[in-house]
Amino acid sequence: MPDTKTEPRDALILLGCPQVPIQTSVALYLASKLRKKGITTVITGNRAARTNIELADPDRHYIGEVMDIDRCIALLAEKKRDFHYCFSFIHNDAGLTYAATVKAISPAAQVLIIFGEHYEEVASSVEFPAEIIAVKAVHNPMPLKAKIDEVFPWVVSNL
Amino acid sequence: MGCLESMKHEIILRDASFRECREYILSHFPEHFEVLPGYKIFEKHLIGVPPLYIAVDGDDVIIPYTKPCYGTFLIRVPDPEMASELRQKKPK
Repeated sequence: MPDTKTEPRDALILLGCPQVPIQTSVALYLASKLRKKGITTVITGNRAARTNIELADPDRHYIGEVMDIDRCIALLAEKKRDFHYCFSFIHNDAGLTYAATVKAISPAAQVLIIFGEHYEEVASSVEFPAEIIAVKAVHNPMPLKAKIDEVFPWVVSNL
Repeated sequence: MGCLESMKHEIILRDASFRECREYILSHFPEHFEVLPGYKIFEKHLIGVPPLYIAVDGDDVIIPYTKPCYGTFLIRVPDPEMASELRQKKPK
């Protein structure tokens, strides 16, 4: 992993299926927080997730580079790209599978943002070391925002 | 495997979990291999939770294939050359 003390830091925001409404707003909120800390973000997801993000921030006040998820996995697997942090939005088994893949192929510090109706079941399926933010949030983003606000200073200072 | 739809394949499990696919491979295909997530096969890097397994069955290759909105599929792809290659490489 790159030296966090001397190099500019960057973060991958890994989006899951955009089926749960809060994902887009919380991802933009997180991107904004990271940007304010001087951390460059790259957002990745499938076409629907990316389109939601890009349409919500047409002038790109909060988002920077946006990348197809398959291309992102390929770049990480082939060691052509890496990040200091990976924030994975997870509300189903597939989201967890993508996060586990990034964990296996990248030295990025992993933060799993687990939300949605079945957040406890999904959180109990995590089989690899990672910081976990887990909260039942489906339509109202505020519980997840509150959790992120709580742990964010620690994450960017210690991971 | 740029697009799953463009390949001849059979879906063995649909909208499954990574655990279900792992257990199905281990219990149904004696010729299985553990690979690392990101393992490249059919021009695609595999998505999966370690331990991640793929298998060969005759001339067919069995792989999990995850889509963010649809979960994990277990698919059978007829490809004698790839099956032979995997038998020789025994990847890990």
